[in-house]
Amino acid sequence: MSDYVRQLPHGSSDLARPPSTASRFHIDVPLLVLLLTLTALGLTVLYSGSGSDAGAVVRQGRYFLVGYVVMIVAAQIRLAQYMRWAPWFYLVGIGLLVAVIFVGVGAKGAQRWLSLGGFRFQPSEILKLVVPMTVAWFLAERILPPRFQYILGSLVIIGIPAALILKQPDLGTALLIAASGMFVVFMAGIGWRYILGAVVLAGASMWPAWMFVLKDYQKQRILTLLNPESDKLGAGWNIIQSKTAIGSGGWAGKGWTQGTQSQLDFLPESHTDFIIAVLAEEFGLRGVLLLLSLYILILLRGFWIGLRAQTSYGRMLAGSLTLTFFVYIFVNMGMVAGLLPVVGVPLPLVSAGGTSVVTLMAGFGLLMAVATERRAVGTG
Amino acid sequence: MPQYIALKDSHRETRVYSARTITAIAIVFGLLSIILGRYYSLQITHFDTYRTQSDRNRVQLQPLPPRRGLIYDRNGVLLADNRPSYILSVVRERVNDLDTTLAELQTMLPISESDLDNFQKKLKRSRPYEAVPLRFRLTEEERAQLAVNRHNLPGVVVDAQLLRHYPHGVLFSHALGYVGRINEQETWDLDETDYRGTFHIGKVGVEKFYEDTLHGTVGYQNVETNAHGRVLRVLERFDPVPGADLKLHLDIRLQKTAYEALGEQRGAVVAIDPATGGILALVSTPGFDTNLFVNGISSVQYSALRDSPDVPLFNRAVQGQYPPGSTVKPIMGMAGLESGLVTPETTVADPGWYRLPGDSRRYRDWILKIRGTGHAPQVALNMAIAESCDVYFYDLARRLTIDRMYDYMHPYGLGERTGVDTTNERRGVLPSTRWKREAMAQPWYPGETLSAGIGQGYMLTTPMQLAVATNVLATRGELRQPRLVSQVDGEPVAAPLIGQVEARPENWDSVHQAMRAVVHGERGSARKIAKGIQYEVAGKTGTAQVIGIAQNAVYREEDVAERHRNHGLFIAFAPLQAPTIAIAVIVENGGGSSAAYPIAREVMDTWLIGDESAG
Repeated sequence: MSDYVRQLPHGSSDLARPPSTASRFHIDVPLLVLLLTLTALGLTVLYSGSGSDAGAVVRQGRYFLVGYVVMIVAAQIRLAQYMRWAPWFYLVGIGLLVAVIFVGVGAKGAQRWLSLGGFRFQPSEILKLVVPMTVAWFLAERILPPRFQYILGSLVIIGIPAALILKQPDLGTALLIAASGMFVVFMAGIGWRYILGAVVLAGASMWPAWMFVLKDYQKQRILTLLNPESDKLGAGWNIIQSKTAIGSGGWAGKGWTQGTQSQLDFLPESHTDFIIAVLAEEFGLRGVLLLLSLYILILLRGFWIGLRAQTSYGRMLAGSLTLTFFVYIFVNMGMVAGLLPVVGVPLPLVSAGGTSVVTLMAGFGLLMAVATERRAVGTG
Repeated sequence: MPQYIALKDSHRETRVYSARTITAIAIVFGLLSIILGRYYSLQITHFDTYRTQSDRNRVQLQPLPPRRGLIYDRNGVLLADNRPSYILSVVRERVNDLDTTLAELQTMLPISESDLDNFQKKLKRSRPYEAVPLRFRLTEEERAQLAVNRHNLPGVVVDAQLLRHYPHGVLFSHALGYVGRINEQETWDLDETDYRGTFHIGKVGVEKFYEDTLHGTVGYQNVETNAHGRVLRVLERFDPVPGADLKLHLDIRLQKTAYEALGEQRGAVVAIDPATGGILALVSTPGFDTNLFVNGISSVQYSALRDSPDVPLFNRAVQGQYPPGSTVKPIMGMAGLESGLVTPETTVADPGWYRLPGDSRRYRDWILKIRGTGHAPQVALNMAIAESCDVYFYDLARRLTIDRMYDYMHPYGLGERTGVDTTNERRGVLPSTRWKREAMAQPWYPGETLSAGIGQGYMLTTPMQLAVATNVLATRGELRQPRLVSQVDGEPVAAPLIGQVEARPENWDSVHQAMRAVVHGERGSARKIAKGIQYEVAGKTGTAQVIGIAQNAVYREEDVAERHRNHGLFIAFAPLQAPTIAIAVIVENGGGSSAAYPIAREVMDTWLIGDESAG
């Protein structure tokens, strides 16, 4: 199929089939449909999760609007352009992270934001896209699978921002960013022996990490995960309440806005990080399956785009973005259900919050750019 | 770019990438299966567990304390009611830090050490998420202060609760008793369920005796609360059953009369309605404001009451044990007549003193000191009672002997608790040879019989016992358990007849006439109250020598003399032909019966004539 398209002369394809509006604006229709469906489901759950606050839904709707605009704009830019810009983005990103250390503002003991004329933003969000872009740029021109020195080079590219974010401290984001870079390396075809070695090394570093790297509150989260009953009214409260919310939903759920756990404030963060518990309580396992199906379809579409990408750069970027999206889903659903420690990872496109929506939509914009750049690459 | 393309193996890259994608998809599905398995486990396998937990979370069983029964006097005057009062409580599970919260509260309103103490004790026994009371009876300003700071004080709750109030505190202090906060000791004995949400319990008096009746039955409501403990809606409600209302025999007019007549003196008045056995008046002075006790009296106030030499907390009417003195003479007279040892005509020579055969000791009559001689050369029963002749009763006592005296006097309720429906009643002492052997491990001496004959020596009675015994005389033999309460929720409460003194009518007549002469006789010992009296009274005066009263009292030097003066007593019933009131009065250190009989007259006037003559 792809061969057939590639062999067509440039001009005749336009003549044979006039480009649809979607393809002219570099839109991947199946992905767009899935995202719109997810957005609708997300806003529905959010209405309930915010305590029937229409204002919260309108606010989130506005974020989505911005997100979709960002996505469409991001989709228009040619992939080669992104590749050229990648190292510069990277340097700016690192600069911003360094700036956070000196002039950043913070809350709850962490310094994560930059304030620009009343507008606050988190530079680490930008890095979620920039790091895979940069690693992909670094590897795209090498022979793949990458050789050892290029793997090391990638690790340096990943390591600098990850370390800076870890210092803020923001373990969740640091791990997420590291993962997004590593996924590029993985998709580039890094040898299994390296992967195995990394796993062994990670296992071996657990003890020193516990002793010297992790902060007390981070250790507490892990301890709480292992035994939530140990601190019923403190840190364990959240997990106990979210498990209760999920479990009491059963198969059919208690009905929209009828969840007692979420509506009566037993569930913490019910409109942000713990919103999956609202869905599980009110729509039951049915609702969870529906959401999970949507996510799986989006993931499969992302993998499909990667498989059909024409350049190494596009392939690696698409694969990494898709896997990062998966990590969001896995970590969030796992932590709310008490499988993973509580780290600040939102449920993608469902949790309230503007930053993550815009970042995620920009990522999908990149995916669409990959999906629709085929012809341009083919003639290049 | 083109120069690199030659070096890159595009097909190999695609192949590797496809393989990696498949691997990635496999990992993704594997991990998502774990997640899905977890949700399946929570939502399907353990659904019941979590549903139960969720219900337990939101649904709270709250006790609804019942309204305590009201207490009325016989005229329907409210003596004990419940008024709304604001209580500050703390829910431990909702506060961030208990010590900080307590410290913060202390900056806003006074919280005493005992408040904190009680709070800590209750906290230990409280259930999770239960509001534990910290301060009672908040003032308007305190409530405003708390309302302003409410958002800073999670877990701090202000609730309205009905609290006992005694509109006539001092007047009924010993008649009603009072409620107080449940103390730790009491919590062990209480039915825990029934007292959920109730913080007060009857401590003494009617309030304690009728605790079960007054308390009512606790109700419950299942409420849906949010995580902050706020009640959102009531799912189910079982109303509490209010405590039964009590109607007393007491008459507030008589209480007031007796209380005012006693004035500053220490003493007691008990009046009984012969027809019913109902107690018309029960006063013990000094009294105290029972309202002080409802919410935990301050330690300063409490020590003042406890350490006062006048022992105001002591209910003299049922706890005070006094030698009855000459007030036993009518009963002695009945014993003499019924035993056949004397007739109304039998006389005894009265030189002013009495001597036991073969004993040189003279037992003096009280009149000897005044006149230097006896009441008359020969004294018969009527004069012996009317003028309170000791010699006559010395002689009668000697002939009766102590154990037969016991047999004749015991049916009048002496030496036993009357069984009145209040607390802390004492039984007094009706001596006998057996009693002395058991109580003191000593034999009985003949001289002691003479003392007993005039109500001195070992004999001790409470004012309640004297009133009951007087009532036996008034009713010609009916021994009733006296009752303060006449109706429980409209249902009459009987004062059970527990004994009957069998005696010949003419003997009752003789004693009644002699008692009439005490008041109406020319030389009657209480003739002073006959002036202007509109009805016939049968009475008997009494003077009790003070052997020593309340042991723990600390006497000031100038008090000593006053406190060694004799107690004045008076018993009476009226009207003579159809008695409607039987009364016993005692005035501690009153000097003699003249301190007591005017009080009885005032109370009887109030009862028999009405308010206008009461003053």
